[in-house]
Amino acid sequence: MPHSPHDETDFIHSEHFLRGLMKRQLKLSISCAAAFLLLLFGLPLMNYFAPVLMANRVGGFTLTWLVLGVLFFPYVWIIAKWFIVRSIAMEEAEVKTAESNKRP
Amino acid sequence: MKVDPWILVFSAVTVVVTIWMGFRSAKSSKSASDFFVAGRSVSVGWNASAISGEYLSAASFMGIAGMVMLSGYDALWYPVCYACGYLFLLLFIAGPLRRFGAYTIPDFAEGRYDSPVFRKIAVCFVLFIGFFYTMPQMKGAGTTLAYIFKAIDLRDTAFQFLAPLDGGGVMTTGIPYWFGVAVVGAVITLNVALGGMKGITLVQAVQYWIKMFAISVPIFVLLSVYGGYGKNLSLNKSAADSTPAIIQTVDSEKPQRLALPDKAPKDEAWIAPFGPLTTKAAKAAGLTPEESKPYSLLYTFSLIIAIVCGTAGLPHILVRFYTNPDGIAAKKTTMWVMILIGVFYVFPPIFGVLGRNLLPELYAASGSKGPDKVVLELPVLIREKYGILGSILSGITCAGAFAAFMSTFSGLLVSMTSALAHDVYGRMLKPGASPRERMRMFKFAAVGVGGVSVLLGAFVEQLDINFMVGQAFAIAAASYFPLLFMSVWWRGMTMKGAATGMLTGGLCALVCVTLTSISDILAKTAKAAAEASKIPWEPDALNVFWIGHPLLRILAEQPAIWSVPLSIGLMIVVSKATRSSVPKDVRMKMLVLHAPEALGLKQEYIQEHQGGAH
Repeated sequence: MPHSPHDETDFIHSEHFLRGLMKRQLKLSISCAAAFLLLLFGLPLMNYFAPVLMANRVGGFTLTWLVLGVLFFPYVWIIAKWFIVRSIAMEEAEVKTAESNKRP
Repeated sequence: MKVDPWILVFSAVTVVVTIWMGFRSAKSSKSASDFFVAGRSVSVGWNASAISGEYLSAASFMGIAGMVMLSGYDALWYPVCYACGYLFLLLFIAGPLRRFGAYTIPDFAEGRYDSPVFRKIAVCFVLFIGFFYTMPQMKGAGTTLAYIFKAIDLRDTAFQFLAPLDGGGVMTTGIPYWFGVAVVGAVITLNVALGGMKGITLVQAVQYWIKMFAISVPIFVLLSVYGGYGKNLSLNKSAADSTPAIIQTVDSEKPQRLALPDKAPKDEAWIAPFGPLTTKAAKAAGLTPEESKPYSLLYTFSLIIAIVCGTAGLPHILVRFYTNPDGIAAKKTTMWVMILIGVFYVFPPIFGVLGRNLLPELYAASGSKGPDKVVLELPVLIREKYGILGSILSGITCAGAFAAFMSTFSGLLVSMTSALAHDVYGRMLKPGASPRERMRMFKFAAVGVGGVSVLLGAFVEQLDINFMVGQAFAIAAASYFPLLFMSVWWRGMTMKGAATGMLTGGLCALVCVTLTSISDILAKTAKAAAEASKIPWEPDALNVFWIGHPLLRILAEQPAIWSVPLSIGLMIVVSKATRSSVPKDVRMKMLVLHAPEALGLKQEYIQEHQGGAH
């Protein structure tokens, strides 16, 4: 890629581009993290406030054991997959925007 | 009983293959770059297997099963958070770090703040976390070797001096715990000194698949013989159950259960949340179950924070993100790592559940003879029913255990040794060192670090493997995680802010976990001695203090809940106070961290810096 000495008006090096970039990335990361933290911190709270409900049997497991010992893993895979698909798409869009805004 | 030849053969093959691959790749890794990050050309599949292989340590392979058997439900948080901590790494750190492209975390610390001083501070934590993490691996090695050779009799041979002593000081059969630690430590140290990282990538990847095979196959056989996961779990009566649990059934159609010894936790406490693991401190203080529940919740939260944030700050894992060709590959690798380790982590708790029903006698023992060896002992039960199949299965699990502590220890050894050779020697002591000199230094440093690890490992026989790993995570969570997280997402950070936060949080966590470990070793040794001479245990001053202050004990044992916010808070406050020293080109740095690699900003940045940073 040819690179010219940059200045403040160059789109890629502008404050505007960086700010938007970080904001979009952080928004995606935080929304995925929120879905994850909801279950991660919600489960101990459920155990604390609804112990009898969480101790119900599901095929020999207690409900809380089933969630923590088995179901937690696929839940996290779904979040991870979603994040990766979205962030790769976002990068591609950013490259396009940056290329089209490049001054001739 | 003599030494089982199958176990010996499987273990020996694992060790020999590991060494052979190390030697073979030593020939192909010539340049200094090969040694440090494998030429950055490792494919997604290889790298994901290698990261997983390195990550699944003795704690995962042996420790989780032992801890689930010992404490029940609460111990499940460990495998879940070990696997899911990767999500945090993926969401906030993996991509930007890879785009910035430095060899190690100290490289990143220096590059982000243009400060060689900060590099020195960052290097210290590679060593702190590394040594804390090697201790449990060493215990895994000592436990496994003591198990394999438990029947060997050295008392009347030339090796009499090696025979271990029992509680009363009389020589018994078997080999001592420290001997296994020393042998395994020496073998791996040699391997790393000769192979470097490139050899290790191949070895690690193969070892993941050995571990996966070794944990899953015995489980499938055990479950088909002794009834399913849920069925075995249903033998433990929970608070919501109306009928009593079945005890001691002889009907072969139903899962069996042997009577539990007095030392084992009761069913309700074991299967329900807030059991023995998280209520230990409150119980020691004499609180009622109702009173201790809030303490238990606090413990659980702190444990979760420690492991989830700690995963994102493990130096030997982070260094592997640089071995990917580009950022998208780094993300795909993380996805695969999460799947590979997530599948693995379903299995160890099943060993714990089965162990509680089938091997309750392990509850009575401690040290290298306690529940930490349940993974090795369970397949032996098959031998009683089906003969040779049981021997083969226990051979496979022993091979898996070897793969576990060997791969993690080699990974740690590489990252600690690189820190010494690349950072301390190559940058501080002798900046003009030739690649040849640096490679020689790598070998010397490997031997030194390996020796210290063996010494430390010999002292921790009384601590649970998994507990120790948790503590290494707590230190990483309070030092590297805040550093990486804040440096990537907040451009107002200054070097002084980053250093103050990382040092204060990390050192506080280090001091607290060291204190609790030492008091646990003291208490367990004194208790065992008191039991042998049948006198009541007299707690020492430190343990008396913990009994009087259960809240402080929990906060010291699991410091993450206060040390992570403390570290981040200090970073913000000090950075605001030293606002004038924010790096001048911080916008360019942020662009390199966040802009897509296709824009080529990285090359531009390097040219501006004239090779100042990497």
